Amino acid sequence: MTLDAKIPSGPIEKKWEKHRFDMKLVNPSNKRKYKVIVVGTGLAGGAAAASLGQLGYEVEAFCYQDSARRAHSIAAQGGINAAKNYQNDGDSIFRLFYDTVKGGDFRSREANVYRLAEVSNAIIDQCVALGVPFAREYSGYLANRSFGGAQVSRTFYARGQTGQQLLLGAYAALSREVALGSVKMYPRHEMLELVVIDGHAKGIVVRDMVTGKVSSHAADTVLLATGGYGNVFYLSTNAKGCNTTAIWRAHRKGAFFANPCYTQIHPTCIPVAGEHQSKLTLMSESLRNDGRVWVPKKAGDHRKPWEIPEDDRDYYLERKYPSYGNLAPRDISSRAAKQVCDEGRGVGPGGRGVYLDFTDSISRLGKGVIEARYGNLFEMYERITGEDPWKWPMRIYPAMHYTMGGLWVDYNLMSNLPGLHVLGEANFSDHGANRLGASALMQGLADGYFVIPYTIADYLAKVKPGTRAGVDHPAFKEAEAEVAGRMKKLLSIGGTKTVDEFHKELGQVMWEFVGMGRNEAGLKTALQKIPQIRERFWKEVLVPGSGADFNQELEKAGRVADFLEMGELLAYDALMRDESCGAHFREEHQTPDGEAMRDDEKYAYVAAWEFKGEGKAPELHKEALEFENVHLAQRSYK
Amino acid sequence: MKLTLKIWRQESPSAKGRLVAYPMDHVEGDMSFLELLDILNQSLIKKGEAPVAFDHDCREGICGSCGFMISGIAHGPQKLTTTCQLFMRQFKDGDTIVAEPFRSKAFPVIKDLVVDRSALDKIVQAGGFISARTGSGPDANAILIPKEKADKSMDAAACIGCGACIAACPNGSAMLFTSAKISHLGLLPQGQTERHQRALRMVSKMEELGFGACSNHGECEAVCPKGITLEFIARLNRDFLVASVVATKEAVKKV
Repeated sequence: MTLDAKIPSGPIEKKWEKHRFDMKLVNPSNKRKYKVIVVGTGLAGGAAAASLGQLGYEVEAFCYQDSARRAHSIAAQGGINAAKNYQNDGDSIFRLFYDTVKGGDFRSREANVYRLAEVSNAIIDQCVALGVPFAREYSGYLANRSFGGAQVSRTFYARGQTGQQLLLGAYAALSREVALGSVKMYPRHEMLELVVIDGHAKGIVVRDMVTGKVSSHAADTVLLATGGYGNVFYLSTNAKGCNTTAIWRAHRKGAFFANPCYTQIHPTCIPVAGEHQSKLTLMSESLRNDGRVWVPKKAGDHRKPWEIPEDDRDYYLERKYPSYGNLAPRDISSRAAKQVCDEGRGVGPGGRGVYLDFTDSISRLGKGVIEARYGNLFEMYERITGEDPWKWPMRIYPAMHYTMGGLWVDYNLMSNLPGLHVLGEANFSDHGANRLGASALMQGLADGYFVIPYTIADYLAKVKPGTRAGVDHPAFKEAEAEVAGRMKKLLSIGGTKTVDEFHKELGQVMWEFVGMGRNEAGLKTALQKIPQIRERFWKEVLVPGSGADFNQELEKAGRVADFLEMGELLAYDALMRDESCGAHFREEHQTPDGEAMRDDEKYAYVAAWEFKGEGKAPELHKEALEFENVHLAQRSYK
Repeated sequence: MKLTLKIWRQESPSAKGRLVAYPMDHVEGDMSFLELLDILNQSLIKKGEAPVAFDHDCREGICGSCGFMISGIAHGPQKLTTTCQLFMRQFKDGDTIVAEPFRSKAFPVIKDLVVDRSALDKIVQAGGFISARTGSGPDANAILIPKEKADKSMDAAACIGCGACIAACPNGSAMLFTSAKISHLGLLPQGQTERHQRALRMVSKMEELGFGACSNHGECEAVCPKGITLEFIARLNRDFLVASVVATKEAVKKV
């Protein structure tokens, strides 16, 4: 089949405007006749549910957390990009578009990225209107800061808690709609199956995580805004509950999974402390604005950092990338850290760490300024490591952070499975092979506030109101039976190993062979090992308790079972993509100085995988990427 | 180090709960409290016993999912710290640590250390928002906000809705939580239009849900992991008083 991205014709700066006019509208009095299901209440899902409720649709929103306010968007620290050019430093919609396409190493869809840059300004307006307390200058005007991968200051922020404040803004808007009855909220409900009727997504099956009750919900369209799959690596900066189940279930029902191998390792995280480690904590990338990254020049130099004189230090990012320096993009910074640690120059226990040193900034700007900018991050660091970063430079190391891949969507954010829309990190669309800092919040809110409210109508206008199947339709009964059968199976294995043990085992394989550096032999090893772990999981896992009550181990078991399938597809995609691009680094393809080498002749496409059945090879569908506005070039941040 | 965990075990909302002691060996200072519970749970599962249920998600102190009483203090002994960010280096060899769920009439226990905090969502739904339809905002820089006001608003907006303030309060009052939202929005120019109604709606919802009144104990401020101060309760009281004089409560309306 050919994948039609439905990119509007015309010059790039006119596409979205033209498309908004060309799309069908739903008559205001008909809107209430359509039911929309939104799964996930982070920035994308929360903003979408609130906005669609305002428009008059009947919305049902679901999240696995005990409150919509706790979705993991809340943990984003650094900021949100917009092309406001409030700093008068040469920013523009086109520059934000250009930086994002380049940052994504030319593996994203131009039209989508341009639209993202175009609506970025409205997002800031909307967030301020909702009461998001962005940082201000003394004049009362909004403040900005710079961020990795850009040479202009376009990032808006609320201390180190930007994601929290943006999410609380969307949550407040959502709460108002709940009060008005236009959105019905289902917290502590996990989506376990997608229901497809006559080839269209028409509902979901969920489990009430308190009572264990499995129930069906029918709708005219389903929106998945369930985040990324970074926890396939076990250790990541994601929340413990983040999972791939919703999108994986949809994939199994026919939705194509695009570019699963594009997984971002974030350069500034707190290093692993020991075996007991359950998750990794990110330190905002904004720290790189004022912190200098270095390691000793000589391997095995165990002197205290302040005993190492300037001449014996290697500020390797400044040395290798003089124009971007410590602000080089995430993929590049992460690999550079791995490289110096591989050379034996890493610092801290286990040698897996590099210094992030604020000494120079403190002497230049004073402690007060640094404290005002990053005080909460310094405290967080001390709380976790027990080390005082005012005395001892921070130690950081890359960690799995964000997934650019996700379900394939067209320009309308609709999957190849009609009626299924996918928003935010759960889709694949805007970041290409690498996401720039402060772009995730922008994309989540763009999708939720300013894209789906328009594009959803284009689908719904073709659905006759009142024709929705009820939950007594056989497709729902079948899906419920599948869910119940799966849970019964998990609970009845009665093996000897816990869910966490399998998850860790999978994570180790993913990190070692499908992590920062990938090669053919390693990926083939991973492709051998993952099915073996999966097979043992279904024979040896021990899931205690029953399905009829609050059972966190059962929840985890279902998620890990899906990760064990998803991880294989990720490795498969990484093996197929025989080039390096952005965060996907195939060691076979690098320049003499270790930079990623793309192969545009062969791989300038989106890899969209079709599920062909358990144990069968997935089928590859290609969406060719055309670059009409950005010149394809090797990224250079030197 | 070695220490003993005494954990509240309660199978279901209606079951009778009890404290069960679990001796823990090989505890390391670099472990978080929740990682210690992970270790305990792994061993309980292998022994065929039920693992301890506890809410958690981000494990970096921002989502507000986690939280229980640790030896009588909501989120434990370290100031300005959520349970997930409490590391075992805060304890010493031989300690006995008691873990119990947040206790409040408005927070029924679901299982073990997990409580139902949906009442907090209901308070926000009553009026903790600015009614700005998507797309209706003016240019962001059209609204000037003095830095000190924006900063103060941010201080209040930092609330993570964990419920520790309520669990710590002898009256089970939700005043600190509610006042944080009222102050966050009330300090901003955008929040003025609905300021009176917000105070009237949120306070009456709080009372309706069974939260107690504030009698200035200050326990809430002492346990708040985000440093929300009593000053905000004073702001709430003032807003409520003014609103009571100049307005009467109305239902949230669509337009």
